[in-house]
Amino acid sequence: MLTIYTLIPVSCLVAAIVAGLGGHIIGRTATHRVAITGVAISFVLSVYVLFDVLQGNYFDGMLYTWGTSGFLTFQIGFLIDELSAGMAVVVTFVSLMVHIYTIGYMHDDPGYQRFFSYIALFTFAMLMLVMSNNFLQLFFGWEGVGVVSYLLIGFWFDRDSAIHANMKAFLVNRIGDFGFILAIAAIVYVFSSLNYSDVFSQAASVENMTVEAFEGVNWKWLTIISLLLFVGAMGKSAQVPLHVWLPDSMEGPTPISALIHAATMVTAGIFMVARMSPLFEFSEVALTVVVTIGAITALFMALIGLVQNDIKRIVAYSTLSQLGYMTVALGVSAYAAGIFHLTTHAFFKALLFLAAGSVIVALHHQQDIRHMGGLKKIMPITYWTALVGSLALAGLPPFAGFFSKDTIIEAVHASQLPGSGFALFAVSIGVFVTALYSFRMLFIVFHGKPRMSEDELAHANESPWVITLPLVVLAVPSVIFGAIFAVPMLYGEFYDQSIFVLSQHDTLAHVGAGLAGQGGEISAWKIVLHGFITLPFWLAVAGIFVAWLLYIHRPEWPSLIQSRFKLLWQILDHKYGFDEFNEVVVASGTRGLGDVLWKFMDMYVIDGLVVNGLANSVRRISSRIRVIQSGFVYHYAFTMIIGLLLLITWFLIR
Amino acid sequence: MTFSFLDFAFYAFAAVLIFAALMVVTVRNPVKAALFLVLAFFSAACIWITLEAEFLAIVLVLVYVGAVMVLFLFVVMMLDINLVQMREGFGKYLPVGGFVALLLVAELIIILNAKVFSPDSMPRPAGQPADYSNTQKLGEILYTQYAYPFEIAAIILLVAIVAAISLTLRRRPQTRYQKPAKQISARKEDRLRVVSMKSEKPDPDAAGAGTE
Amino acid sequence: MISLTHYLVLGAVLFSIAVVGIFLNRKNVVILLMAIELLLLAVNINFVAFSHYLQDIAGQVFVFFILTVAAAEAAIGLAILIVLFRNRHTINVEDLNRLSG
Repeated sequence: MLTIYTLIPVSCLVAAIVAGLGGHIIGRTATHRVAITGVAISFVLSVYVLFDVLQGNYFDGMLYTWGTSGFLTFQIGFLIDELSAGMAVVVTFVSLMVHIYTIGYMHDDPGYQRFFSYIALFTFAMLMLVMSNNFLQLFFGWEGVGVVSYLLIGFWFDRDSAIHANMKAFLVNRIGDFGFILAIAAIVYVFSSLNYSDVFSQAASVENMTVEAFEGVNWKWLTIISLLLFVGAMGKSAQVPLHVWLPDSMEGPTPISALIHAATMVTAGIFMVARMSPLFEFSEVALTVVVTIGAITALFMALIGLVQNDIKRIVAYSTLSQLGYMTVALGVSAYAAGIFHLTTHAFFKALLFLAAGSVIVALHHQQDIRHMGGLKKIMPITYWTALVGSLALAGLPPFAGFFSKDTIIEAVHASQLPGSGFALFAVSIGVFVTALYSFRMLFIVFHGKPRMSEDELAHANESPWVITLPLVVLAVPSVIFGAIFAVPMLYGEFYDQSIFVLSQHDTLAHVGAGLAGQGGEISAWKIVLHGFITLPFWLAVAGIFVAWLLYIHRPEWPSLIQSRFKLLWQILDHKYGFDEFNEVVVASGTRGLGDVLWKFMDMYVIDGLVVNGLANSVRRISSRIRVIQSGFVYHYAFTMIIGLLLLITWFLIR
Repeated sequence: MTFSFLDFAFYAFAAVLIFAALMVVTVRNPVKAALFLVLAFFSAACIWITLEAEFLAIVLVLVYVGAVMVLFLFVVMMLDINLVQMREGFGKYLPVGGFVALLLVAELIIILNAKVFSPDSMPRPAGQPADYSNTQKLGEILYTQYAYPFEIAAIILLVAIVAAISLTLRRRPQTRYQKPAKQISARKEDRLRVVSMKSEKPDPDAAGAGTE
Repeated sequence: MISLTHYLVLGAVLFSIAVVGIFLNRKNVVILLMAIELLLLAVNINFVAFSHYLQDIAGQVFVFFILTVAAAEAAIGLAILIVLFRNRHTINVEDLNRLSG
């Protein structure tokens, strides 16, 4: 079995290496065959492993020891349970779809082989992250996906904006990674181990261990560790205020936006927090922070989505908002709901992205929705799949998104955590906004009159099968996944092995009990029926209705509203000024500090005083004392006599 | 307090030694200096005999007087030294040097008069019996306990020989000398070339001229 | 009665003469080498004297080694001197400054 576990990431790695180093030798067709075969093997094996896990075959062990230092051993190992096996299936499935889609999307690109190498490498790194059984390997995968993300955002490296965006993504992620590294260091300090099993088994025993952060202020170690870990998760999963890189990352090719910046990589933070549930559970402070940050992200990023005009950016802000939902779920200890939403979101968001990509390809890389419209007739498959994706995103029953999102809202409602009140408000409003922006996009792009140029319209066609096939394949789980898996994954014992929830935090059980009623069983049907009578459903319907009203029925209203609420619109258009704040305060502050350090510390202190100063003083002193070394024997002899005399004199007068 | 022969011998040879040493550093001519050095070594050897170090005394005379000093004399005589220039500054520094030397000696005498070196604390040991052999004693310890240092000393001497020769060896490319190996390995083909040519008849004019 | 002090003072006097000799004969390398021989002789006298008064033959062994090294030093020193003279036609210490920067 260990061989199979090993093969899952390694087949992707081999594909990446072959495609990357040998891509130009074996040609384009062979390259995508190799890459797709590698990922397909991973997918099939992951599915096999998932079924194996469902039979009760867990695994937690090491593959080999990478190094030993003192009491620490650095190992490469796998932890296979429902969480990691499920994530592996999601990752490889989406990755496979994206690989196929890429054949069509990147058809004319000169970097075709390079692209396949990158996405295969990304799949490898993500699988290493997901399947890891220790923090070091987790960090390895974490950084691996970060590097590939950097490479892919800057895939078109001759565009200035792409270079700027990938630098931004990398730098913002560094902040998160810094927290993550500190968290790992704190874990090593507190637990003296890097393995999950060791750390988690000791978590309860160190609950009351504190450290004096300031005079008289004692902090729980677990709170510190959890908060630092969450800083890492904020970077990767783009939570406010470290979200700024994700919209800009849309500079990368669309398949990448689907794979990395919607479906998989950005969910690494969510996955990590769920994996660390035994640590987070013991820190109410950390959970409160998580829920607050998540709620802010969920609502405010959704609002920005309302005013965007770039089709990919709308989807990107939607991703941010949905990541906020997941984070909220983690915060209220509904980890299973977070992961479930992660999974459904992976399907429908990848679907939406790929649909957006399909539109973009059809319109020859036109991304502005103001120049689209009426594409419903021209691109029927893309339209219907996008409609499925939007319905799932808006959370209408019985689509997948409904089950996950509704559960999250219910869990927030059930939570006793400080901050859950605000969170409930935020996620509820978020439902309305989500429905509004997603259907705004849908209506503008596919309905109404064509607004593009005659030339573009004439060339617009439905995309080839390699693009539409992934859309259809992804549309299927977007519809049915929730209905089939919601009950076992959310309310069953599916994640009992991998996720730890304290009984007083177990909001999902509370929700489940409410749904089941007196002595009844929970079923998907019951959840759907319950969904029709709750507020979120009607909020979503209202959102869709408003979108229809504004963009189909009365298209002149939006600009009216825009001029009426100018200030509000400007705030949203400037994304609350995060970029400006970073530019003015953080960036120029850093530059100023760097200037001071450079001019004073580096040039004056280090170069002037230490480096050159040392050399100068040596030269000064030695030029004085070189006089002593004349090279004449009699000088030395005389010095000898004097020295001898002094020595003897000292002997005498002593 | 009696004035024994040993005391007399010590004072006499010590006086000669100091006189000779003074002359070494003060005389104008290096040849004379070398000869005074010989005298100094000789007196020192005599003093060593009063200390029952007969072997070393003999070695000092043989090796130093016999070999090293001859080497000195040889070198000094071989080199064409400008004596006037060599003496420059001698008189100028003599007062300072003398004063410092006197001070040094005075202080050393004060120190060496210490109690530990006095006859009370360190009396002169009784003389060895007549059949005592200093050479044998020295040899015994030198070839057993100090065998390795002895070997190292031998190597140092060897290195000194090699160094002295290789330093002073002067190659003269223009000098002609035999190379026996080359001579032996010479073959006929290298030296002799048989040229086939027509036999020449004597030219009548030349023959006539030759006979004339 | 000759005590150890007598010998040590003799050695000290000889040593001082030699050092002053180095100081005074500042130009003649040959005399310098001779003065060094005198220095070593002074040291040797001390060794022999101590060896006798302490009845320890090891002192004489040391003298033996010092003589060896001194002989080697004299041989090499004179060889260098000859090479020097051959190349520079002088043994004046002050002219031998090629290596000083």
